Amino acid sequence: MSAAAPAAQRVRAQARFEALTMLRNGEQLLVSVVLPAMVLLGLTLATFVPLGTGRRVDLAVPGVLALAVVSSAFTGQAIGTGFDRRYGVLRLLGATPLGRGGLVTAKALAVLVVVAIQVVVLGVLGLALGWHPHWSGVPAAVVTLLLGTWAFVALALLLAGTLRAEGVLALANLVWVALLALGGVVVSTARLPDGLREVVRLLPSGALGDAMRAALTAGRADLASWLVLLLWGAAATALASRVFRWGD
Amino acid sequence: MPPAVDVLDLRKRYGDVTALDGASWSAASGEVTAVLGPNGAGKTTMVECCEGLRRPDSGTVRVLGANPWQSPAAHRARVGVMLQDGGLPNGARPVALLQHLARLYAGTAPDAELVDRLGIGQFAGTTVRRLSGGQRQRVALAAALVGRPDVAFLDEPSAGLDPHARLDVWDLVRSVAHEGSAVVLTTHSFEEAERLADRIVIVGGGRVVAEGTLGELTRESALEDVYFSLTRSAA
Repeated sequence: MSAAAPAAQRVRAQARFEALTMLRNGEQLLVSVVLPAMVLLGLTLATFVPLGTGRRVDLAVPGVLALAVVSSAFTGQAIGTGFDRRYGVLRLLGATPLGRGGLVTAKALAVLVVVAIQVVVLGVLGLALGWHPHWSGVPAAVVTLLLGTWAFVALALLLAGTLRAEGVLALANLVWVALLALGGVVVSTARLPDGLREVVRLLPSGALGDAMRAALTAGRADLASWLVLLLWGAAATALASRVFRWGD
Repeated sequence: MPPAVDVLDLRKRYGDVTALDGASWSAASGEVTAVLGPNGAGKTTMVECCEGLRRPDSGTVRVLGANPWQSPAAHRARVGVMLQDGGLPNGARPVALLQHLARLYAGTAPDAELVDRLGIGQFAGTTVRRLSGGQRQRVALAAALVGRPDVAFLDEPSAGLDPHARLDVWDLVRSVAHEGSAVVLTTHSFEEAERLADRIVIVGGGRVVAEGTLGELTRESALEDVYFSLTRSAA
């Protein structure tokens, strides 16, 4: 008679499998590491995008770390899950001992592993470019990364569980570009025009970017931005758990 | 001993379309049960209700004595599932995928034999995206059997296979039943049902129109004739 492996072992195995799948996927790697690294180099070395007062690299790295979260937690996860749903992968894994709850937990863990790798790679690149982080802000940055990852994974699943795979692909990439340009991710919301600034501060992208900059340039916990991320995470999780469709 | 799979008066509608209209049948351990019917007869909906992937509108489904809908991991570990659309992640490589799936079960034997019997070793390192339809089909079958299930639901396991691969699949299915599992497969090939099944459930228009052993169903005429006479009007 067959028996299930213990729950923790099942989730760990799936998280490992998902993380390796993400890291081996060329397109995902492009969006999650190569493009943020290029944005970091561009923002640091070129001066046509005003970042505010301070050394450019110190302002650029926290924003690029926020961009990395949007890349893997949102764009990568939405596209991957959207196509897994199309191909029946979600249904099949739901019928194995892993189950649906185990699959969602494993996906969240896998994204955290990938975010950790991105932070190390982009952080080292930043240090090589002369980044002087406010080290006392590292715990606040970690909290921000966790909240941001939660909010964006929940939003990714909301998208992936409701739209057709092609729609998810188009929208997730479009949102990435829009948030990069106007979402307060790499450029502080304080530098956005009046009217737009207030709106973007209430978006998870603006909150994530601002909280990362507050932590790593001033060693400060940006509680207002954390609250915004918390509310987005809770709302998207509640909504996704109601409307997510496991099959096409 | 109660049957491994017991379906009673199962009903399921999708909007205005009636997929299952009071279907009842059962499958026993140690036997291959073929659910035979034309496209759109309700075969896939029926097995998906048995796999816990769909919730019936009414009627009862018991698999190994339990209701499969939202069943716990211990139950899911005893049930193998092969979906019609495969359900294989596009970027995965077959042998690595099967090794991964085996980790979801406690103390599963290595899958070398499955890989060998289905000839998966020949394309072990090719990503699922690049496999042919028949190769994918074999990986999906192996995925259903990797946990050594007590009940295996196989949705059209030999569709799209060449004759050699089809024989390999039939041999494997037979040996799984021989080892004591209940195997339920759907097919629209009466040849497959005839060659492989201990018990045949003919489905048409969301109902079971005939059920029995090959001998019982073909007392008057050949299975082909029985099949067409029962399903041409019903479907």
